[in-house]
Amino acid sequence: MFEKVWENHVVVPETADTPAVLFIDLHLTHEVTTPQAYTELRSRGLKLRRPDLTLATMDHSTPTRTEQVFGGVPIAVDSAAKQVRQLEINAQEFGVELFNLQDSRRGIVHIIGPELGITQPGKTIVCGDSHTSTHGAFGALAFGIGTTEVGHVLATQCLLQRRPKTFAINVAGRLPQGVTAKDLILAIIGKIGVSGGTGHVLEYRGPAIEAMSMDERMTICNMSIEAGARAGMIAPDATTFEYLAATPRAPKGADWDAAVARWSKLPTDPGATFDRSIEINAAELVPMVTYGTHPGMVAPITGSVPSQGDAVFEKALKYMGLKAGEPIVNVPVNNVFVGSCTNGRLSDLRNAARVLRGHKLADGVKMLVVPGSQAVKRAAEAEGLHQVFLDAGAEWRESGCSMCLGMNGDLVPTGHYSISTSNRNFEGRQGQGARTLLASPETAAASAIRGRVTDPREFNQ
Amino acid sequence: MAVKNIRSRTVALPATNVDTDQIIPARFLTATSKAGFGKHLFADWRYDADGNPKPDFVLNRPEAKGAAILIAGRNIGCGSSREHAPWALQDFGFQAVISTEFADIFRTNSLKNGLLPVVIDESTHAWLLANPGVEVSIDVESTTLTLPDGSQVKFPLEGFARFCLLNGVDELGFLLSQHTAISAYERAASERNH
Repeated sequence: MFEKVWENHVVVPETADTPAVLFIDLHLTHEVTTPQAYTELRSRGLKLRRPDLTLATMDHSTPTRTEQVFGGVPIAVDSAAKQVRQLEINAQEFGVELFNLQDSRRGIVHIIGPELGITQPGKTIVCGDSHTSTHGAFGALAFGIGTTEVGHVLATQCLLQRRPKTFAINVAGRLPQGVTAKDLILAIIGKIGVSGGTGHVLEYRGPAIEAMSMDERMTICNMSIEAGARAGMIAPDATTFEYLAATPRAPKGADWDAAVARWSKLPTDPGATFDRSIEINAAELVPMVTYGTHPGMVAPITGSVPSQGDAVFEKALKYMGLKAGEPIVNVPVNNVFVGSCTNGRLSDLRNAARVLRGHKLADGVKMLVVPGSQAVKRAAEAEGLHQVFLDAGAEWRESGCSMCLGMNGDLVPTGHYSISTSNRNFEGRQGQGARTLLASPETAAASAIRGRVTDPREFNQ
Repeated sequence: MAVKNIRSRTVALPATNVDTDQIIPARFLTATSKAGFGKHLFADWRYDADGNPKPDFVLNRPEAKGAAILIAGRNIGCGSSREHAPWALQDFGFQAVISTEFADIFRTNSLKNGLLPVVIDESTHAWLLANPGVEVSIDVESTTLTLPDGSQVKFPLEGFARFCLLNGVDELGFLLSQHTAISAYERAASERNH
């Protein structure tokens, strides 16, 4: 599948001396990684080559408090306000479609692409954001780039690329009740390591993957980068087509039929080989929680913090305030974050609400629920999910990246344990000194009720 | 600007899997220019809660001053795609990073800015980590690292990236020169998809 998408986008083939010139079908952009690229274009007198293939949104440094988004209360962080303003100026000057702060279509860049139906099988998709791998769930080749490359795509709609290797992740069996896509991808990262996918495009395959919804597939592909892979892909199938058929910007009528015919040819041919492969049995998995300072430091919720005598490992445990041998379910929880491009979609909110319904947050626990997009927020409110969170004592916010990386002032205090449905437990990621435990929305909700890490299978499923 | 030779003392930061959130924390990413990130490089490791430099952190030690080569642990630059990471390293004064393994996006971003990623074998790497502050030189033309005893270690460098570094050639300029091929591709793609 990767080779088919790659071959379809080669403008100039690679040689020993030069990388391939690869055409990009969709360029998603946001406020944080584009300002310097527009400055470069301006200084060279260049135009945007394909405004029709470029979309801008605001997500990373934007506020999530309703009064700041809609009430005219200024953005608290001056530099963030300036960055948001700069994106408005750049979008206007270069003719880019922009979903600004109050736009009903705004949201996290990796949530809105699929929602709009512009994320499609067989496309090449890039964004100045490492979680662009999310879009691979549709059988697109999607990867994160830096700001210099953002400038390349703005000016030429192309990138210079060497062909990566391929890596099959074969997932047999079915996920047991109460075990989620998040648990599976954490288990995969735990198995291959945080640099196990470096230089490779992952393809997730097998019955467990085929049985998944698009939301679940996006959670899987989203965290490919946490295994070091720039991209992860899943073959498009009836589930993919059904999802896209309901989106506003997918092809319509005869164009739709032609598109489905094209997309149906993308899956990897039987007998095709991969540079590497591993096998995982989904049926053997339990909920997973991280205990350290990268996503590969992960353990089954039924297990304990492992020991591994090297200095870096010891430093991570010291940062986390945890000891080897300590049961995972003994770890206290002060803060709960449900949201992000990993787990901020409607089904994620439903899953968290199902566990939380009728319960209150444990004493002293703070919980923030941040929908991945304004559309997710509206849909959740239509189902009354927001009321479940509010009744439990959680905060219900406007969409954005929020506490995943704390750029907008949504921060976890120093020393606090934060169980988070996001993708990175790096030191300081959610705030200086914050101790992040990555988990599924179900595990986060169960832990909110007890005030310590809790197996969600002890609650209604 | 061309990058041909780098000769400098080294600074060693042996931690493995150092992510770009450590190199430059997210709260500094609201800037809209490339300048001035060096003062925030490794901010949470370098400064205490009051903003004072921690004397035991390697970049705060006197011997780090003026060093242009960083010896980093395996899988340096994992995580976020922020190009602010190489910008911060360069603004601090680094011209090259040596490790056994680089995260993909960080390596690409570094090369695009003329910060040289040098991948070497584990035993040379272990020696460099154990002997911080030695003077080494890196030659881009021959893709070799020369150690203090004169021994040389070859390192891999993608051919086009090497050409661009040596000649100070800009990759955007090269892409813009492909205008005719890109237009032809766009016409063919438009027919294929309709």
